[in-house]
Amino acid sequence: MDITKKIKIEMLRKLILIRRFEEKVKELYNQGSIIGAIHLYIGQEAVATGVCQALQADDYVFSTHRGHGHAIAKTLDVKTIMAELMGKDGGMSRGHGGSMHLFEPDKGLMGGNGIVGGGVPLSLGGAFSAQYRGTAQVSVTFFSDGAANQGTFGESLNLAALFELPVLFVCENNQYAATTPVKRSTAELNVAGRAESYGLPASRVDGNDVLAVYEAASGAVARMRAKSGPAFLECRTYRIEPHCGIIPDEREPGERESWHERDPILILRRKLEAEGSVEPKDVEAIEAQVAAQLEEAAAFGESSPWPDPEAAHNRSWVV
Amino acid sequence: MAKMQEKRTIWYKTAINEAMLEEMERDERVFVIGEDVDIFGGVFKITKGLVEKFGNRRVRGTPISEAAFIGLAAGAAMTGLRPIVEIMYVDFALVAMDQLINQAASSCYMSGGKVRLPLVFRGQYGVGTREAAQHSRNFESWLVNTPGIKVVMPSTAYDAKGLLKSAIRDDNPVLYLENRVLYTQKEEVPRGEWLVPLGVAALRREGADITVVATGYAVHKALAAAASLAGRIDVEVVDPRTLDPLDMETILKSVEKTSALLVVQEGVVKAGFAAEVIRRVAEEGFDLLDYPPVALGAWDVPVPFSPVLEDAAIPQSEDIVRTIQEVLGKKR
Repeated sequence: MDITKKIKIEMLRKLILIRRFEEKVKELYNQGSIIGAIHLYIGQEAVATGVCQALQADDYVFSTHRGHGHAIAKTLDVKTIMAELMGKDGGMSRGHGGSMHLFEPDKGLMGGNGIVGGGVPLSLGGAFSAQYRGTAQVSVTFFSDGAANQGTFGESLNLAALFELPVLFVCENNQYAATTPVKRSTAELNVAGRAESYGLPASRVDGNDVLAVYEAASGAVARMRAKSGPAFLECRTYRIEPHCGIIPDEREPGERESWHERDPILILRRKLEAEGSVEPKDVEAIEAQVAAQLEEAAAFGESSPWPDPEAAHNRSWVV
Repeated sequence: MAKMQEKRTIWYKTAINEAMLEEMERDERVFVIGEDVDIFGGVFKITKGLVEKFGNRRVRGTPISEAAFIGLAAGAAMTGLRPIVEIMYVDFALVAMDQLINQAASSCYMSGGKVRLPLVFRGQYGVGTREAAQHSRNFESWLVNTPGIKVVMPSTAYDAKGLLKSAIRDDNPVLYLENRVLYTQKEEVPRGEWLVPLGVAALRREGADITVVATGYAVHKALAAAASLAGRIDVEVVDPRTLDPLDMETILKSVEKTSALLVVQEGVVKAGFAAEVIRRVAEEGFDLLDYPPVALGAWDVPVPFSPVLEDAAIPQSEDIVRTIQEVLGKKR
């Protein structure tokens, strides 16, 4: 597959934006201006970036508890995402959802999810809508190796295949379910193989190589738009950070470090430099632009008002 | 209007079927999904004829995968459709409680109102049919305790149709509970279309001595109790029809008149809907009461199978009669 230089640089920018966003979140979390349960996406940026690059604005994404990367890759709205993490009225979900519940339906972001495996059935609904209306839209569900052990996983694979729904199942096999390594939670490590047993075309890619993810996702999405039914993509990656901002975890000595050579930003940057698509100064320029963008996002969040507890929409669920 | 005047007799279950058929004709976004709802017309035949009229695109039979198809419906609602989900027995929704509560009922608020979930969960429930604990659950109290979903419990064919049509047009998730004992109850209703708004109670019988608030099939038990006490005790029966949002105005107006309150439900009484009605009356109209209010509901057990046990565990008309007399014997 020929990926244009423009798209490659766009993806490099998104990888860097997601990484620096998460680093900023960590910093603000430690300072106390970001609160609650924070699940960082560091190390997995290539999955959200590569998959969302293959989508159109009106395609649906159903995200997870570790969803900042999906939200950024789909919407690029770092200001409202940052404000949401602070619980502010200017936040993406007006401070009602927080880190795990980022919604921007106008850009196809149909929410994160606090329940592992909880968003998988919902994504079938996005695909069902598209099929019902006869549009070429597709629906993407991100989930992890942990979610693959939930009942909703098997139910949804069967139903999607049965109804021939245009849904792309993206398993981010990040090696950990909360603090439990995949080897201690999963008897059969080939998650894509499970999808094949339900009749879905499934492939496995290096989830840290954004070009590989983009290529696989583009192919699957193109086939789904041609009404080929659901598809499955297992992306092998690694969660660098602990499960959650407040629960430190332990790793085998040297394990985390061994993934530093597989850093998604590094992999793409090396490729682009080798083929002459970017020079170090281009990357520095991107870094500077991203840093300014994130300063602006943090300032936007800090200055946004708190939600008003007396406002009717904050006290009642009726629409 | 002339057509509306013309009466005919239909079953409660036919009323539900008519509501779906009319709403599907009116709004292309409405579709039905659930186990056996297509070719078979549903295990209780509530969706009979719909697949023939609207095809499989809009009437979708599913595998026995409640979490997947309830979640699918929630996702479809979030993305512009108006699903009606049939849950064969409400008990079966318990394998999909995450999809029902964490997802469907919560997503509108969690999104700051950015996503809307106009969807109806229709499920049948009921006791007295000797189907044991896992096919006899009364589910309403749980869902009244859940923010983000309305709870509707029709007790007549007229309301079954009018409330379902309103539920389908509502932009919130609605749990619409059908009583299986009432399915084949016949009733005279108008021809044509009518709506019953959500959140408005019905005064089923006027009386001066005591207010009995009852839900679902308990409405009919309360009316039987009232009839048997007629001439001695003048019983007023209020049917909330919608449990959440609750029409407190009608309930308080009735209690103001009678100064006595009994709330009856067929579900477990502990921490249930009846207790909630009493809380609201205590907080909003304590001085209206001259008698201590009482909640009557099922024993604190999974519904037993043996007819002798089941009938004892669930409040019957005779229990309502006896409790009314007890309440009125305790004037403050």
